[in-house]
Amino acid sequence: MTVYFKQDEPDTSNRLDGMKQGVLGKSLSRVEGLAKVTGTAPYAAEYHIDGCAEGVLVTSTITRGEVVSIDRTSVLSMPGVIAVVDDEKMSTRAAQGTANEAPMQGPRQVCYWGQPIALVVAETFEQARDAAKHLKVEYREDAAAPLDPHAVEPEEQEDETVHQGDLAHAMAEAPHSVDVTITTKGHASAAMEPHAAIAEWDGDKLTVHASLQMPNYNITELADALDMEEDNIRLISRFVGGGFGSKLGLSEEVVAAALAAKQIERPVRVVQSRQQVFQTVMRRSETTQRLRFAADGEGRLTGFGHEALVSNLPGETFAEPALQSSHFIYGGENRELMLKVARIHLMTAGSVRAPGEAVGMPALESAMDVLAEKVGIDPVELRLRNIPERDPEKDLPFSSHKLAECLKQGAEAFGWQKGVRKPRQRREGEWWIGTGMASASRSHSIAEAKARVTLKADGTALVETDMTDIGTGTYTILAQIAGEMLGLQPDQVLVELGDTRHPRGPGSGGSWGASSIGSAVYIACNAIREELAEKAGTSEDRLELADGRTAAGQTLADLLQGKDISQEGHYEPGAIEDDFTAAGFGAFFAQVRVNHYTGETRVDRMLGAFGFGRVLNASTARSQCIGGITWSIGLALTEALEFDPRDGHLVNCDLAEYHVPVHRDVPDLDVLLVEERDGAASQIQAKGIGELGMCGGAAAIGNAIYNACGARLFDYPMTPDRVLAAMPE
Amino acid sequence: MRPFQYTRAPSLAEASNMTAGEDTLAIAGGTNLLDLMKLQVEKPGQLADINRLGFADIEDTDDGGLRLGALATNTETAVHSRVRSDYPVLSRAILAGATQQLRNKATNGGNLCQRTRCFYFTNIDQPCNKREPGSGCGAIGGIAKLHAILGTSEQCIATYPGDMAVALSALDATVDIAGGKGERSVPVRDFHLLPGDTPWIENVLEPGEVITGIVLKAPVGGTQIYRKVRERSSYAFALVSVAAIIELTDGKFSRADLSFGGLAHKPWFDPRVGEALIGQTPSEALFDKAADLLLEDARGYGENDFKIPLTRRTLRAVLTQATENAA
Ligand SMILES: Cc1cc2nc3c(=O)[nH]c(=O)nc-3n(C[C@H](O)[C@H](O)[C@H](O)COP(=O)(O)OP(=O)(O)OC[C@H]3O[C@@H](n4cnc5c(N)ncnc54)[C@H](O)[C@@H]3O)c2cc1C
Ligand code: SF4
Repeated sequence: MTVYFKQDEPDTSNRLDGMKQGVLGKSLSRVEGLAKVTGTAPYAAEYHIDGCAEGVLVTSTITRGEVVSIDRTSVLSMPGVIAVVDDEKMSTRAAQGTANEAPMQGPRQVCYWGQPIALVVAETFEQARDAAKHLKVEYREDAAAPLDPHAVEPEEQEDETVHQGDLAHAMAEAPHSVDVTITTKGHASAAMEPHAAIAEWDGDKLTVHASLQMPNYNITELADALDMEEDNIRLISRFVGGGFGSKLGLSEEVVAAALAAKQIERPVRVVQSRQQVFQTVMRRSETTQRLRFAADGEGRLTGFGHEALVSNLPGETFAEPALQSSHFIYGGENRELMLKVARIHLMTAGSVRAPGEAVGMPALESAMDVLAEKVGIDPVELRLRNIPERDPEKDLPFSSHKLAECLKQGAEAFGWQKGVRKPRQRREGEWWIGTGMASASRSHSIAEAKARVTLKADGTALVETDMTDIGTGTYTILAQIAGEMLGLQPDQVLVELGDTRHPRGPGSGGSWGASSIGSAVYIACNAIREELAEKAGTSEDRLELADGRTAAGQTLADLLQGKDISQEGHYEPGAIEDDFTAAGFGAFFAQVRVNHYTGETRVDRMLGAFGFGRVLNASTARSQCIGGITWSIGLALTEALEFDPRDGHLVNCDLAEYHVPVHRDVPDLDVLLVEERDGAASQIQAKGIGELGMCGGAAAIGNAIYNACGARLFDYPMTPDRVLAAMPE
Repeated sequence: MRPFQYTRAPSLAEASNMTAGEDTLAIAGGTNLLDLMKLQVEKPGQLADINRLGFADIEDTDDGGLRLGALATNTETAVHSRVRSDYPVLSRAILAGATQQLRNKATNGGNLCQRTRCFYFTNIDQPCNKREPGSGCGAIGGIAKLHAILGTSEQCIATYPGDMAVALSALDATVDIAGGKGERSVPVRDFHLLPGDTPWIENVLEPGEVITGIVLKAPVGGTQIYRKVRERSSYAFALVSVAAIIELTDGKFSRADLSFGGLAHKPWFDPRVGEALIGQTPSEALFDKAADLLLEDARGYGENDFKIPLTRRTLRAVLTQATENAA
């Protein structure tokens, strides 16, 4: 049976808090943790499949133009080489998240340096790699391939534009105004597991092991790319070694592996090299953002402006939504927001963890620090004074709003010194020491989701969905939700994920996974509870289950009488999406030290306080926050994609040269989970936490740099060269 | 696969014979060479594994110095009790490099011979005079933040990226070389070469020669500092580094041995810097004068212009720290 529930109203029943098992929200270690650390959890490329050949992508060495010819004979005689695949159906870019249609195809048309143009297949990986380097390709190059977003006429993203009142006038009239331009560089997801796929055909049936965040969309993308029926495809992504947006859409190796396997009539594995993952999958666009504020004498905003210029390849729908939270986080009746995208020939820009707020919030919160200084008030106080009652553009209520609590509780826990702040107040030896803060905001998303829950006759449960666990804890929280509802310890609940044979989940992306799939599991469990209640001679709302027994002491096995109960929960968000503005909110506080001589910045300590609805598992939620704050450190100080200015190739394409923070860069991080129930966010009153932890944190660090040493920087990352250039003598 | 022959060299003579050939490279820890082979930046037809040749010991020399075997690992060297007590600048420099895992495998000889991290050198689809003579220099006009400001040529602006050799240069150590025409010793300060018109020739090793050890003179004491400026606090190459051995007598510099990393195709030792300091009383003005001499011929290539003021400031920091310690 499928139970469909469309959520039009906020949940006020609060059923989960009335359950008796008491496992939801608890700090529970990941159920698959042991398998992962002992190497027994297979990742996509690790399945042993007899007769599997190895494919390596060949990528373009021109920026824009056409592949005129490929000389197969140049490699077909090399040892072990089986085939060169350059099928027109090969994909040349990864699909954007939730694209639900084939990614860009046609490998002869080259749009960026490093674009896949062919696949070489050989008996061993080393043979294929060598042959791929030797494949002779003749190109016709287009002269015009703009690379600089400032050198082309950008396109306005009209649905992002807001003109409300008269911002220029408000700024001219206001006692305080700010007008600053802030830049961020491109970022990579840099997930540990490279993009990989193994494709195997059985007649016209295709099975693919791949590293994907959203099999529910990816299966459609693959079917469309191959002109197949979805029913003939099975995608398996049981374990995913990080995605951070880069595995939302189908990436190039999946289609290539499927086509090659068909062509040579053998299974084919394609693993992208680290360099290829960097150069061909997804970049976060660089941004240039102008922030304008008008404020009254007390710092209350009367005008708010945020414009951003981002970039992408021609033909891409995605434009880094840098203004996403700017639409609602602060008030100000005169508003001017605009997002523009420049069409350039760098690799595809797409989702990298927290697309939008990851770069929009740091820019906004840097500018807020400037305003606090101009007005002469505490920056925490400035934020508190500008939290709007309702969405200032849509005039909608907020589903819930914990910004003020996070600011206050965070300041308290961090030991934030209130008052007007002056830079350069504390020096220890060579180091200037200072503190800074920023608000966090991430707009909430929720998606349709299906999951099947089976309560087995033996009193254990099984949860099945094609939802993925990309290292976030999905296996664990689903066992907790089902355990809570059915009165079972989580280890009595087996969770099977990442297989398109199961009901379609929402996929992991946009921080919507846990709340969406959790709602579907909730609905399925609720239906099971109703059947159980009937068997127990009571009503569902009176049915108390814990440790496999009813309150009256009957065991589940007794009630079930040898028969499983299976229910599919189908959750769909309804009017709740339109009736409320929903977001996770929070606050960051940082203490940094800046070396007076060298401009090196190190974070001494950092705290994040976050409100994101119901906490499903305190430990996995905390881990997400810590990960997010760690990304904030990278964004603030070190992470930057560097593209060659002449041909646009990504130069720093490995983990030695793309500088994610290392352990030593990440001090003790403190996380405060500011619990709440947000019934309008999802049926289980939860929002997402996968991204909030990096939505603004970099500004806390940037603002602390200013407070420490007086260098006011408007360009991220704040590397030593930039800090020194801005450092007062 | 690009096939290559792997041979464990049975003796130094054999290793020398093998590496005398154009197509053969010695392999020690392999932490640099194997990466470059995978990228096909290095394409040896044969690898001569020198790991069993025996020169892995760290031993006292007759004149009170220390001889570091070329095959001793970076970790063994950094934690050696005499290195730590008598040559702390060396221990610190090694520990400032790479990661623990890499240092466990990396050898002293391999470290001296590690190749540049220039992005265009490691990408075979880009021009690079070092990798492919005559193809041009991709870094000039490209992404050159890590690149050199001293001793560059129109052909190549790459840096020698290592840390250990910067300390060895300050310590005025010598490199023991064997094979080829016999044994010889070369000061570390002369071991690496500037790019000139032959950027592919990076050091004085002739075909068939291998490094057998590094000899440290009797310890000189002093305040020893290794300062490495980098974007993240570990696992990053130096933007600029300074190895310093400083001594003050009666409030004046009596020793000032300074070498710099991240600035050139070799650890940069300019005798004029020390000479300017010796016999003088420490002051900001004096530090700046030393920096002026050091940076007299410095030239930036846009992205790396910042290295000029950064070097000046880092030198100031090191000398301030050293003289405060000594005072
Ligand atoms: C990600 C990463 C980060 C790093 N960061 C740093 C850093 O911050 N600072 C730093 O200093 N280093 C750093 N390194 C470099 C590391 O120190 C070197 O890779 C290592 O020291 C090389 O030693 P090896 O024994 O592995 O050399 P191999 O890789 O075996 O050899 C390197 C070269 O030296 C030659 N060679 C080796 N031994 C001899 C010998 N005895 N005689 C003649 N030729 C010889 C080989 O033929 C080869 O050309 C880093 C390396 C990596 C991969
Ligand atoms: S700087 Fe030297 S190593 Fe780099 S591209 Fe130019 S020639 Fe090659």
